[in-house]
Amino acid sequence: MGAQLRVYKRRIRSVTATKKITKAMEMIAASRVVKAQRKVAASTPYATELTRAVTAVGTGSNTKHPLTTEVENPVRAAVLLLTSDRGLAGAFNSNAIKAAEQLTERLESEGKQVDTYIVGRRGVAHYNFRERKIAESFTGFTDEPSYADAKKVAAPLIEAIEKDTAEGGVDELHIVFTEFVSMMTQTALDARLLPLRLEEVAEEVSPKGEILPLYDFEPSAEDVLDALLPRYVESRIYNALLQSAASKHAATRRAMKSATDNAGELINTLSRLANAARQAEITQEISEIVGGASALADATAGSDR
Amino acid sequence: MAAELHVELVAADRQVWSGEATLVVARTTSGDIGVMPGHQPLLGVLESGPVTIRTSEGGTVVAAVHGGFVSFADNKLSLLAEIAELSDEIDVQRTERELERAKAEGDAAAERRADVRLRAATAR
Repeated sequence: MGAQLRVYKRRIRSVTATKKITKAMEMIAASRVVKAQRKVAASTPYATELTRAVTAVGTGSNTKHPLTTEVENPVRAAVLLLTSDRGLAGAFNSNAIKAAEQLTERLESEGKQVDTYIVGRRGVAHYNFRERKIAESFTGFTDEPSYADAKKVAAPLIEAIEKDTAEGGVDELHIVFTEFVSMMTQTALDARLLPLRLEEVAEEVSPKGEILPLYDFEPSAEDVLDALLPRYVESRIYNALLQSAASKHAATRRAMKSATDNAGELINTLSRLANAARQAEITQEISEIVGGASALADATAGSDR
Repeated sequence: MAAELHVELVAADRQVWSGEATLVVARTTSGDIGVMPGHQPLLGVLESGPVTIRTSEGGTVVAAVHGGFVSFADNKLSLLAEIAELSDEIDVQRTERELERAKAEGDAAAERRADVRLRAATAR
């Protein structure tokens, strides 16, 4: 076998192996998307009921709670950025990081100091590489987040928001995550969790403007709100974690699909080249044989004489 | 037909139970509360403890609820809990072992959780 042909054969073998791997990753991601979507759906009843309850307390009572009232001069804001632990997901992580950077810039231009909290190794690596300060980071559960993970993430944030601003607490809580719109579309977006915009939340619960009943609070509206809001934050973070996970798997699936397609194309091109090389080799061999035979014939013809 | 109310018992990551009931007894921070159809709109904070649901078929459903909320409006009762388990999902022997271990280790939170589970499992 000629040198050229051997090189082509070797490259075809290696690309075929890569294609098998990306194909497997694509199928794994596809099955995980479905699982993650199911988890999003399973967490919805709790989230809707909780949102309903928060709206009911917020609108049905005249309670003023630090978590629902806007501070006049917010000094510090916390940004929670959700990325994934692993890459190979196309632009998934860079989109989320970009959205977080835009938000940070906006908040800083408004004169607020920004504390960044990060979930996922990719985001942590990005910030560490640029030597930016991270308030706290969490890794190791982005593929399949559980409610306990969401609680773990929410705990320092709730603590920070309950603390006085002068003592290092924050006035606002923002979250940046990737919304799972469909298998094909996932968008990185930012949302303000706290202080709560009650009008927005109310619209989410009852878009038709239905009036919520006048509740009797047990033990009191303040106590209910005190207990409700941390749970509300946790449930929102849980939902964002789940959506991020679903989006990540969908992005991986898409990236791996195009990698598989590209590998297939590369194999096609390479086998064409290998065929041409083999054909050239055969042609050359034939012409060498013919040339050799005619030279031999010439030589014997000469000796006859 | 006796008056009935619709009950949804949801945990953070799943819907645990849903159906029609005639009476729901739960423990709020200010004491046990029983909700029957037509109760006035209510929103309360739940203590960890067993919740008893008397279904319209005459059966009883008991669930261990670890913290959460109860809300009632329009004859619909929602029980929200971070963790909720039906009594028949609870493995009594395992929970007893957990309780002993928690007592031995002095883990108050785990002890309370195991205790709530046991009370729910044995309430049937």
